Amino acid sequence: MSSITMTVNGKTVSGEVEGRTLLSQFLRDDLKLTGTHIGCDTSQCGSCTVHVNGNAIKGCTMLAVEADGADVRTIEGMANDDGSLGIIQAAFQEHHGLQCGFCTPGMVMAAADLLEHNANPSEVEIRKHLSGNICRCTGYHNIIKSIQAAAAQLG
Amino acid sequence: MPKDSGIGASSKRREDVRYLTGRGQYTDDINSHNQTYAYFVRSDVAHGKINSIDTSEAEGMPGVLAIFTGDDFTEVGGNPAGWLINNRDGTPMKEPKRPVLAHGKVRHVGDAYAAVIAETYEQAVDAAEVIDADIEELPAIIDMADALANSDNRVHDEIDDNLCFDWGWIEDNRETVDQAIKNAPHVTTLELINNRLVPNAMEARASIGDYDPGTGDYKLTTTSQNPHLTKLLIAVFVMGIPEHKLTVIAPDVGGGFGSKIYHYGEEALVLAAAKKLGRPVKWAATRSEAFVSDAHGRDHVTKIELATELDGTFIAIRTDTLANVGAYLSNFSTATPTFLHGTLMAGNYTVPNVYVNVKTVFTNTAPVDAYRGAGRPEASFSIERVVDKCARELGIDAVELRRKNFIQPDQFPYTTPVALVYDTGDYDATMDKLHEIADIAGFEARKAESSARGKRRGLGIAHYIEACGIAPSNLVGQLGSRVGLYDAATVRVSPTGTISVMVGAHSHGQGHETSFAQVVADMLGIPEENVDIVHGDTSKIPFGMGTYGSRSLAVCGSAVVKATDKVVAKAKKIAAHLLEAGEGDIEFSDGQFSVAGTDKSIAWGDVTLAAYIPHNYPLEEIEPGLEETAFYDPANFTYPSGAYCCEVEVDEDTGKVDVMSFAAADDFGNVINPMIVEGQVHGGVAQGIGQALLENCVYDSEGQLLSGSYMDYAMPRADDLPNYTVDHSCVTPCTHNPLGVKGCGEAGAIGSPPAVINAVVDALSDLGVTHIDMPASPARVWAAIQAAK
Repeated sequence: MSSITMTVNGKTVSGEVEGRTLLSQFLRDDLKLTGTHIGCDTSQCGSCTVHVNGNAIKGCTMLAVEADGADVRTIEGMANDDGSLGIIQAAFQEHHGLQCGFCTPGMVMAAADLLEHNANPSEVEIRKHLSGNICRCTGYHNIIKSIQAAAAQLG
Repeated sequence: MPKDSGIGASSKRREDVRYLTGRGQYTDDINSHNQTYAYFVRSDVAHGKINSIDTSEAEGMPGVLAIFTGDDFTEVGGNPAGWLINNRDGTPMKEPKRPVLAHGKVRHVGDAYAAVIAETYEQAVDAAEVIDADIEELPAIIDMADALANSDNRVHDEIDDNLCFDWGWIEDNRETVDQAIKNAPHVTTLELINNRLVPNAMEARASIGDYDPGTGDYKLTTTSQNPHLTKLLIAVFVMGIPEHKLTVIAPDVGGGFGSKIYHYGEEALVLAAAKKLGRPVKWAATRSEAFVSDAHGRDHVTKIELATELDGTFIAIRTDTLANVGAYLSNFSTATPTFLHGTLMAGNYTVPNVYVNVKTVFTNTAPVDAYRGAGRPEASFSIERVVDKCARELGIDAVELRRKNFIQPDQFPYTTPVALVYDTGDYDATMDKLHEIADIAGFEARKAESSARGKRRGLGIAHYIEACGIAPSNLVGQLGSRVGLYDAATVRVSPTGTISVMVGAHSHGQGHETSFAQVVADMLGIPEENVDIVHGDTSKIPFGMGTYGSRSLAVCGSAVVKATDKVVAKAKKIAAHLLEAGEGDIEFSDGQFSVAGTDKSIAWGDVTLAAYIPHNYPLEEIEPGLEETAFYDPANFTYPSGAYCCEVEVDEDTGKVDVMSFAAADDFGNVINPMIVEGQVHGGVAQGIGQALLENCVYDSEGQLLSGSYMDYAMPRADDLPNYTVDHSCVTPCTHNPLGVKGCGEAGAIGSPPAVINAVVDALSDLGVTHIDMPASPARVWAAIQAAK
């Protein structure tokens, strides 16, 4: 077991983890941040996408010990300080960018990552950026619209 | 002018807030004090005789609490087929037992034969590694034709062969149809495969069993589309638990698409283990487990013949289908290729003679059952492909051929030769609308532009009809269903007039919490936020049959309307008393009760308060309180229909198909929330494009699943798909439910595969290509091009 400490959504957290524990497991099982979802076991679906040191990663592709000392952001850290939906979250609701909600945390984190690095992405750029996140419900149409709307608002 | 609330408004979904903030509570997100973990040991061979399972070493591993094998469940029942289908000769189908854990034999890769319960998930996995199972591998039965030809090697030894049933619909029509085809001036024949799919809801299945030794109560939290049906199956058929001692809760569920309709053995196992240990037992499937153990979809091999006059008038349709049911009969697996498929084989057309033959076959593959559309995509694909092929053979425009044979608006109600009675529709109207929204007139210009870039452009049309809103219980009972297919709702009004509606339908992406509330709020003239929808917990909701088959609004929504009507009727009595008027003089609108022809009125909230504080109340006539329950059993199916258009570009050098545009003009009857309806169509179309171009579930000849992960099974991704142009402004309301609604959940997945393949064939038709099986992968398309050259 290894002792690790990291910042998650602005708070310092610590834990004891096995070497094989994934970041996604640590977030869900140890920190009870169950908004980060596990949709596959081959790092293909993107449901567990979180931000580590400002970049989106799939939480299942990183060991928890590798995130020791990192600054991590999850879906639980995306709302405004008063608890209201952030701009990207609100755009997903406004444009029906989610149905069952399971892939949604990963989609929002991927979208936030895109918009932080490319403030005005084209539709093609959005689709390419999301190609590591699978949604089975929406057919992506309204996810694209949501991200375009958020981009316009973040302008 | 779009409405901003109530029926017809695109109200924003209230459920989104918890999903968007990480506060959804899916089964695997729920943790209980003192919980244990289950891990299932699954067969890695497709077919094998279990000689012995030695668990002794595993039992001594750290943290192991219990190990179960099939021997532990020999005294309990099996998971039954929901429909008993008869053979053509009237004899019943074969129904082999489906045990909780495999016993005697394993019958497909992924068939669970043992389960380990341990303090941690990792300990359970580690212990499973040392279970010593002596499983003697037998030759795998994979190909359906081979399975029927060789009855020496059988999936189920206790039955004579690998045929579950041989079904004819309608058997009495068989000879007439054969004659009509024999004598017809033209017959178009098409042999096709409706490819096997894996539903792949993004949340894999998960279950938590709990048992309270103090009360004897069981609780199952599980990923279900219909918790009451799961409860009934477990209590009555599998475990013999008194129904009132079992609660089933389906909390937030991350998509279903059919795969979570059914009861699976893992659910019974976690309950049995929880009872044995007196502790909660949690299981969550990995995606790899989901691929090998979820019910798959489709998997038909079909020959369809369409007989016509030389002018294109349809004379007869005849189909022969082999349908794979896999190793065991999943709950709807026998209804899907029969009554959800054969009854649709007249399509939108006035074809006087139709006969459908379906042979369902046991194989050493995962069970196959209803997946989004469930039998209707298979029917739609067969019909709309053969119609397209026929048009080319006769030299008639494919749209004109369809129009020539459409059932006309003045022919409704229309009884088809395969026993359905379509209540309403206007297929020329949806076709007209499609031409407008898809700019079909501009296709030739776009084709020339593609051609200038070296690409072949093709346009494909399909017009589907489906039967949903299942179903009239007396009818399905005659057809072999073992359950009724009504639904139920309880409208509970609080003293202050806010409302909780407990419904039998389950929402796992469909947005019922929003759209059902719109209905009730609209009927009562109160704000939507004053109405909450409660679903998924059998201890709270009335006995309803859940969500599948595009039934929630048409069936459960109708129960909501009926229950709300009862509430209004009682509230009027209370209002009449308070207003000192006759009940017949009370009018109710916009949340206000008034006496006709006077200025006397009283608000909704004053009446509800009086119902619970009955100081001034007609207690001798009516009871206090304001809560009503209604069950609704539909008089008929509902019949959504629509016209779909797909344009593709094909790269002749690589065979790659790009979808350039997709347009859908649907008639869903009346619409409650247009935003949600459009989202349902988007998702259905995406799954249909996935089936047509990307997705394929493949077993090798030894029964190994070759497409067992997202690296091997091509899920549609954002950069594979186009934007969609969707329209639902063509409205012929359903004639027999109170909202006039038809259902929209499956339409996209039903209408889109033939539109896509018709487009691909259109792009290649001048080369002589007449058919490509799904998925039209680059390799297949390239091979078809080379073969045609």
